[in-house]
Amino acid sequence: MAGGIKKFVVGSFDDEKVLFPAVKNVRKAGYKIHDVYTPFPVHGLDHAMGIRETSLHTAGFIYAITGTTTALTFMSWVFTKDWPLNIGGKPHFALPAWIPITFELTVLFSAVGMVLTFCYLCNLAPFVKKHHFHPRATDDLFVMAIECTDKTNDAEVQAFLQSAGAQEVNVQMAETGWWIGRYHKEQKLYKEEKGY
Amino acid sequence: MDHQFQLPGSYKKWTYGLIAVGVAALIYGFIMFHPLEHGHHGQHVESTRFWAVLLQNSAFFLLVVNAAMFFICVTTMAMAGWVVAFRRVSEAISSVVPILGVLTFIILMAIVFGGRTDIYHWLDKEAVANDHILNGKKGFLNPTFFSIWSFLTIFLWWFLGKKMRSLSLKSDKEGHMDYETGKKWVWNNTVWASLYCVVFTLTVASTIPWLWLMSIDAHWYSTMYSWYTFASTFVSGMSLIALFVIYLKNRGQLAYVTDEHLHDLGKFMFAFSVFWTYLWFSQYMLIWYSNQPEETKYFVERIGTATKAGPYKAIFFLNLILNFLCPLLILMKKGSKRNWTLVTVMAVLIIFGHWIDFFQMVMPGTVHEHYGIGFFEIGTACLFIGLIMWGTGNYLSKHSLLAKNHPFLKESMIHHT
Repeated sequence: MAGGIKKFVVGSFDDEKVLFPAVKNVRKAGYKIHDVYTPFPVHGLDHAMGIRETSLHTAGFIYAITGTTTALTFMSWVFTKDWPLNIGGKPHFALPAWIPITFELTVLFSAVGMVLTFCYLCNLAPFVKKHHFHPRATDDLFVMAIECTDKTNDAEVQAFLQSAGAQEVNVQMAETGWWIGRYHKEQKLYKEEKGY
Repeated sequence: MDHQFQLPGSYKKWTYGLIAVGVAALIYGFIMFHPLEHGHHGQHVESTRFWAVLLQNSAFFLLVVNAAMFFICVTTMAMAGWVVAFRRVSEAISSVVPILGVLTFIILMAIVFGGRTDIYHWLDKEAVANDHILNGKKGFLNPTFFSIWSFLTIFLWWFLGKKMRSLSLKSDKEGHMDYETGKKWVWNNTVWASLYCVVFTLTVASTIPWLWLMSIDAHWYSTMYSWYTFASTFVSGMSLIALFVIYLKNRGQLAYVTDEHLHDLGKFMFAFSVFWTYLWFSQYMLIWYSNQPEETKYFVERIGTATKAGPYKAIFFLNLILNFLCPLLILMKKGSKRNWTLVTVMAVLIIFGHWIDFFQMVMPGTVHEHYGIGFFEIGTACLFIGLIMWGTGNYLSKHSLLAKNHPFLKESMIHHT
């Protein structure tokens, strides 16, 4: 596995209202948030964490137009060049009859493509064991993992998280890579923004 | 915070300007097109044009403003909270229904009782008696049923819409609602909204497009037609709401409307453009596929055949570009739905596109190849736009722009897509 073992300082929060300022303060202090694990989707958390907008929909659009072109080129090749058939006296290039199939392949390509891309972006694959920072992240705790480098003083980070309102704080070593390398979530540096 | 809107002078100037242009166009049409002459098979085709243009515009704009009330009722029934921040805007647009309703009813009655067989072929008693198909449709397509049902329809749209609006306005006076009162009030709204939706189904989503528009081509029918008309006018209605919301926002009003609300309005414009295309295509493909002369006639009159292009070919495909390709490609991105300028441009484009759509629904069966888009057509549209602006402006300036006691207001304020 690419990526290697890294050290993380992990803090768990039991309230969204505490979590948001904590995220803000941690970023302000210059620490790098590896990720925040929440039991349910939290609106605005991605924005607060400074994660850039996902490009999953751009990928979806590209898959979709691939599907459209595949369907149209294949059908026009089959029905005009390879094996022209007279169906109900319609022209060989019977565009209206192909639209439903073109539509279906467009949807199929974009749906399947986006699911696979999503799995890749989230490091999800069959037989890949993921490190859980806290078992209660799927139940009732918001778990923030801060990535440490050689220079990070983890005692200081732990104290910082404690003061930010974390219920439990500990240090964990975890595998970060996976089968085709790690997808690095880009983060914007902290700056004051309205609304958050 | 003050949610009272003062109509600026420029708004009034535009409103009266458009109405003046419209009245001038009507006078011009009345003098030039001899609307009282009886047009029949190529004679006095201009008088046919006069009534066809009035029919197209009145039906289109009435259904568009009525779509605003449908939007309120549907969101009420779905317990949607996000619309509350700009609910008054949709209410204001729907308050134009009685104005355009009366106008439309007068035009329809003039056509029916003026014996305009050039518009509605089924008005010709002799033709109906000798025509197997028209004779079969006699029970539905006759002046009595047409007038009574049109009257009832417009009355019910006005009455139920009025009820919804007065419930909303009443909440302004009554002060903050506690949980129980709020619940009762929402339930009351839901009941009236569902009544409206039932009427809407029986009228816009079925009989009214059959009577007013599809009966122009009395021999022909399509089971997609009413849904198609609904999709056309609903997407235009959403665009109109978006236009007014953006206008008010630019005037510093609607403090609680954010990018999130505009994003969702943009989604409606995008989604229903695609829905319209779905119906457009379904109607076309079924007829193309089964290839029966009495059905394909409708499209032959418009796009023509493989060997001879029809008179409406350009308009027919322009329709598809304006109402499908442009919204699909331009409104697809999240960024463009949150871009106020782009949404404005798209809303205007969509409304124009569906006006063109109605044009190609009405004209081929009435004036055939003798159509034109000139001062009269544009002027008549200006008249209706002016009337919509006048009615909407009146409502907006008379009432608070915020339904401040609506139980879902907070949900709307913190709306996040």
